[in-house]
Amino acid sequence: MTELLQFEFMQRALLVATITGAVCALVGVYVVLRGMSFIGAGIAHASFGGVALGMLIGINPFFSAILFCTGVAWGIGLVSESKRIHEDTAVGIFFASTMAFGVLLLGFLKGYRVDLFSYIFGNILAVTQFDVWASLVLAVLVVSLIVLLFKEFLFLTFDAEAAQVAGLPVRRLNYLMLTIISLTIVLSIKAVGIVLVSALIVSPAAAAHQLTDDFKKMMLLSVVLGVSSTWIGLFLSSWLDSASGATIVITATLIFFICSAFSPHRRNLRRRLLTLRNDVGS
Amino acid sequence: MSTVKVELIQAANLSVAYQDKLVLEDVSFTVREGDFWGILGPNGSGKTTLLRSMLGLIKPFSGSITVLGSAPMNLGAKRDQIGYVPQHAHIDFNFPIHVRDVVLLGRSRKIGIGRRPGAKDRESVDKALERVDIQDLANRQIGRLSGGQRQRVLIARALALEPDILLLDEPTAALDVTAAEGFYEWLHSMHLKMKLTLVLVSHDVGVVSRYVSAVACLNRRLVAHGVPAEVLAQDTLEQMYGCDAMFFGHGRVPHMVVLPESQGEHHHD
Repeated sequence: MTELLQFEFMQRALLVATITGAVCALVGVYVVLRGMSFIGAGIAHASFGGVALGMLIGINPFFSAILFCTGVAWGIGLVSESKRIHEDTAVGIFFASTMAFGVLLLGFLKGYRVDLFSYIFGNILAVTQFDVWASLVLAVLVVSLIVLLFKEFLFLTFDAEAAQVAGLPVRRLNYLMLTIISLTIVLSIKAVGIVLVSALIVSPAAAAHQLTDDFKKMMLLSVVLGVSSTWIGLFLSSWLDSASGATIVITATLIFFICSAFSPHRRNLRRRLLTLRNDVGS
Repeated sequence: MSTVKVELIQAANLSVAYQDKLVLEDVSFTVREGDFWGILGPNGSGKTTLLRSMLGLIKPFSGSITVLGSAPMNLGAKRDQIGYVPQHAHIDFNFPIHVRDVVLLGRSRKIGIGRRPGAKDRESVDKALERVDIQDLANRQIGRLSGGQRQRVLIARALALEPDILLLDEPTAALDVTAAEGFYEWLHSMHLKMKLTLVLVSHDVGVVSRYVSAVACLNRRLVAHGVPAEVLAQDTLEQMYGCDAMFFGHGRVPHMVVLPESQGEHHHD
């Protein structure tokens, strides 16, 4: 393992894996608790359109994906604000259409572009120095926003209506959260790919939720599990010579099942029933 | 120092629509300082909509509603004088959060964006917990509480800013009959002790009318409002429940009328 780390590409891979694992897991806590998994998947697939757009007009797909994803995320937010259209439906409308848009654009590209495959399924061993810096900048931005708006996002996630009544700018916070999810997805594309990234957002947070009933601990645990998934996945993939993105996601999923099996929630059930009974009796 | 009580909430010919459907029509009433209002009505009568209008969550279609002299959507700092206790159904009790932190959320706006809670905020949280008598539960996850205790947590959150008015949406929907009775008794004593103006929405005519000082009977329109004993005559109930009364049977005892409706709303953990 240690000799692997002597390669520069492996060092870059590990750095991006760590950033991706941590940020996805952190943002995933909100996604899981607000029930936004489908939105996450929808925005991720939309990034395909953004990447294709960048390739066609000849700018770094990283930038076009940021704009495109954020635009689609806001679009989902806007459409689902109308009471006639369910949020779920809004995602469904954008999910496939933005991918279709990407496929159409690719049709205009002369010749087949090989690196498209690495955008779809991720290829962490191919990350460039630019990717490292780009994901680092986005990660700092996302984490700063979460730290700055910690209690506001917590209130929004726990009880959006009461947060609005309490005078918080709920609408703006909601769009900001959609933006954060978009940025997180874009920074993760190189590591795990468009179609796999939502698993890295959802699984560590869902696993952490099995282990704790404290919000901050859930965040911390989620990050630990997310980073562990990417590290273990990365080393497994170079050991097995398997696709890195897929191996990372499978690792995250296995970790989720292990955490579920050892969830203290289940053990606590009996104790909880007893406490409730005592409370009623007293 | 006038003897006339201050008008806190005023609705004048208020109509509210969802999309193209009118849910509230021409409703006028006034809530004064120290009142304890029960807004009663069957499901779909617009009572929750009325509460949402007071909270600024929905705009009037026509007419007006003012809270503390302003439109509820533009209350500014006066917002802190209003506490809101939502229905249990709106809350995910599996959420990884402890009682104390839920109550602290109630102070978010006052603490300010990007700031951490200070000593004064923690003090207010302790006070709110003490008022609803759940200090000993402060460090419990909210799912590990009984229905009545959960109710108190949400009330404590609303009290964390020490408001003058408390608005409650179906506060006993998740409680059984005995617990509901106990809850109203407790709420009534809080109302007297803290001189808190209360407005609550409920379909539970029988219990509520025993504790409130004024009732408003809604069925899209305001069927009647005033002192419970005068308002809750047989014909009012029939007007309020309309054709539903047939389904419920002719109830002389008010709570019998609404019993079939409340059956579906029992709390399950």
